[in-house]
Amino acid sequence: MTDNGTTQRNMIQAINNAMEVCMERDENVIVFGEDVGYYGGVFRATAGLQEKFGKRRAFDTPINECGIIGVAVGMAAYGLKPVAEIQFADYIYPGLDQLVSEAARIRYRSAGEFTAPMVVRSPFGGGIFGGQTHSQSPESIFTHICGVKTVIPSTPYDAKGLLIAAIEDPDPVVFFEPKRIYNGPFDGHYDEPVKPWSKHPASQVPDGHYVIPLGKANVLREGEDVTFLVYGTMVHVAMRAVEELGIDAEVIDLRTLLPLDMEAIEASVKKTGRCVIMHEATRTSGFGAELSALVQERCFYHLEAPVQRVTGYDTPYPHSLEWAYFPGPVRTRLALERVMEDVSG
Amino acid sequence: MAADDPGRNLPPLELYVPEPKYRPGDPVDFSDIDIPPAGATARPDTAASHDDMRDHAYGLVRVLDEDHKAVGPWDPKLDAGTLRKILRAMALTRAYDERMFRAQRQGKTSFYMKCTGEEAVAIAATFALDRDDMTFPSYRQQGILIARDWSLVDMMNQVYSNKKDRLKGRQLPIMYSTKQGSFFSISGNLATQVPQAVGWAMASAAKGDTRIAATWTGEGSSAEGDFHSACIFAAVYKAPVILNVVNNQWAISSFSGFAGGDQTTFAARAVGYGIAGLRIDGNDALAVYAATQWAAERARTNKGPTLIEHFTYRAEGHSTSDDPAQYRSADEASEWPLGDPIARLKNHLIQIGEWDEERHAAMDEECAGRVKTAQKQAEKNGILGHGLHQPLETMFEEVFEEMPWHLREQEQDMLDENEAANNVAKTRNDR
Repeated sequence: MTDNGTTQRNMIQAINNAMEVCMERDENVIVFGEDVGYYGGVFRATAGLQEKFGKRRAFDTPINECGIIGVAVGMAAYGLKPVAEIQFADYIYPGLDQLVSEAARIRYRSAGEFTAPMVVRSPFGGGIFGGQTHSQSPESIFTHICGVKTVIPSTPYDAKGLLIAAIEDPDPVVFFEPKRIYNGPFDGHYDEPVKPWSKHPASQVPDGHYVIPLGKANVLREGEDVTFLVYGTMVHVAMRAVEELGIDAEVIDLRTLLPLDMEAIEASVKKTGRCVIMHEATRTSGFGAELSALVQERCFYHLEAPVQRVTGYDTPYPHSLEWAYFPGPVRTRLALERVMEDVSG
Repeated sequence: MAADDPGRNLPPLELYVPEPKYRPGDPVDFSDIDIPPAGATARPDTAASHDDMRDHAYGLVRVLDEDHKAVGPWDPKLDAGTLRKILRAMALTRAYDERMFRAQRQGKTSFYMKCTGEEAVAIAATFALDRDDMTFPSYRQQGILIARDWSLVDMMNQVYSNKKDRLKGRQLPIMYSTKQGSFFSISGNLATQVPQAVGWAMASAAKGDTRIAATWTGEGSSAEGDFHSACIFAAVYKAPVILNVVNNQWAISSFSGFAGGDQTTFAARAVGYGIAGLRIDGNDALAVYAATQWAAERARTNKGPTLIEHFTYRAEGHSTSDDPAQYRSADEASEWPLGDPIARLKNHLIQIGEWDEERHAAMDEECAGRVKTAQKQAEKNGILGHGLHQPLETMFEEVFEEMPWHLREQEQDMLDENEAANNVAKTRNDR
């Protein structure tokens, strides 16, 4: 089934449309979570789905994240394709046991007899003055457990294609949505007027079914001097920084953290010899640590400078000092200066 | 096996999904809510076995009757002075909420949550506790602080995340904390405070202290595992704690049926755990006071915990972030059969000849003026702009008592970054 039309969509609309397309194609796809049904979600990601598909396929749940993820595992074991929403990534922790010990291991421990093809969607990241309980980026927790895929889109186009791929994937997928860029591609310049998605080419979203395969990165910009490894909101921060500093950088949007597109990373870093990794999450044991180790292991003899990380600090996300915390343009520039230093002598 | 025949002729199963009675545009009729007359519920001895008071988990303790009289065995028989203090704390809380809600709408802060219609649940309960009893509130019990005469300016400083905010601008507005006020740091994660309250109460008991703990959570949040963890620990150790479930009917857009409210009462959860359960009219300040007083005495005499369901109504949106007109009938608040807690206590005071309309209007005016003055004072300390009211270094303080090397390093990185940013700005200005 192909539909040739495209519609301009922001990220919320693209995510909403991905679920709609999947629910139309497969009656086993159901969505649920806190405020997800009648209201359509606090960010409106599931708006209209209950109206269209009925309350047995799009419904509200008790405020119990352990229950939301646990029943998703049971539904998936039955043969449904549950798409569960955790209202904020900061609220996912009560459901961790069901993800870490259950969803992630069921295929393995039952030797493939039972599986958990489910998606847990959750808005994550800061930049919205949400304080420490509405701003976290816990993605590295999920890449650290064996058996869950972790996906983070950066544009409406990617969000739809990746979410459809996640829903159709035979394994559990954690799908983190950078909420700061739901309505526009925020590039870290908080003092500038908000840019809407409508001015960005990736807001042209095909109406029908399409898939962006999990595990494939997107080389957003080709360059010779340095490789940026980024995902989510940081994609836009990096692109703006590169543009402002006039550097010939290669910018890679990872899209999927696990499984990782190592081929794309390796080819790029071997070409440029320099690497900057960016994420909003706290630094220590963040996903950047894994990326840095991989780059060092596989590209060591091509490296011209130590790999640099641009990250959040190892503190809870502060409310009033949000922009001092957020890894924005200046932190990016300083890292770039460090990585471009001539270290040969 | 009941049946081994796979081809047996059984009817198909159906998935039940609860549905609230009224949605936007629907006319509202609450006449089916069972409201027993005021004064009709017996008051058990505070040492009664939980087993002997099961009915209380399904009833509704009420003191104020239709004629605004205080009736029945639960009447706490408070003197007029105390009644006026409770009334004033509720009126001041409402005035504070109005002002701070508007401040958010004016862009002076990022977020706000009112407790309109639920003032009694926090305030009358606080009046029945001792000042040093420990409270573990959720996000809608600002009334505790106001009942304990906490400084409005101090509360507003927190809402504005300004330079006088004792929490150093770290927390979302309304997530107050004051050890001096026996008010535990509010979390944005739901129901986490409930087992903590039980733990505090267990500690107080273990140390032979005399203080008890009280905690509040919404009926929606009582679905969280933390709530149930709290109940089992409270029951097992007979913890001196009061577990308040504020059943205000709505959890953002989800009605109480999504927390199990269609099947039974929230107070009935106590029955399963072997805890004393009371279901009370949460808009009746005297019922709230009396139930809290009962539970406090029970706790103080080592008879164990009490779970109180406060049956009330969230008269406004969940927060500044939602529009209730999108998911519930606009008529619900005005049709709520248990009225408004401020109006009911006011009418009672008038009924006993201790209050009148003029004094009430004067009090409202005085409260509005006090809030306005406090706001002006708080705003001198700053409003939430692009932050930076706190020295940058405060970001790294109190992650640990002693700062480890990696945070020291990151702190220096942040200061270097700030200097670099200032240099850019300077160059731009010099041009």
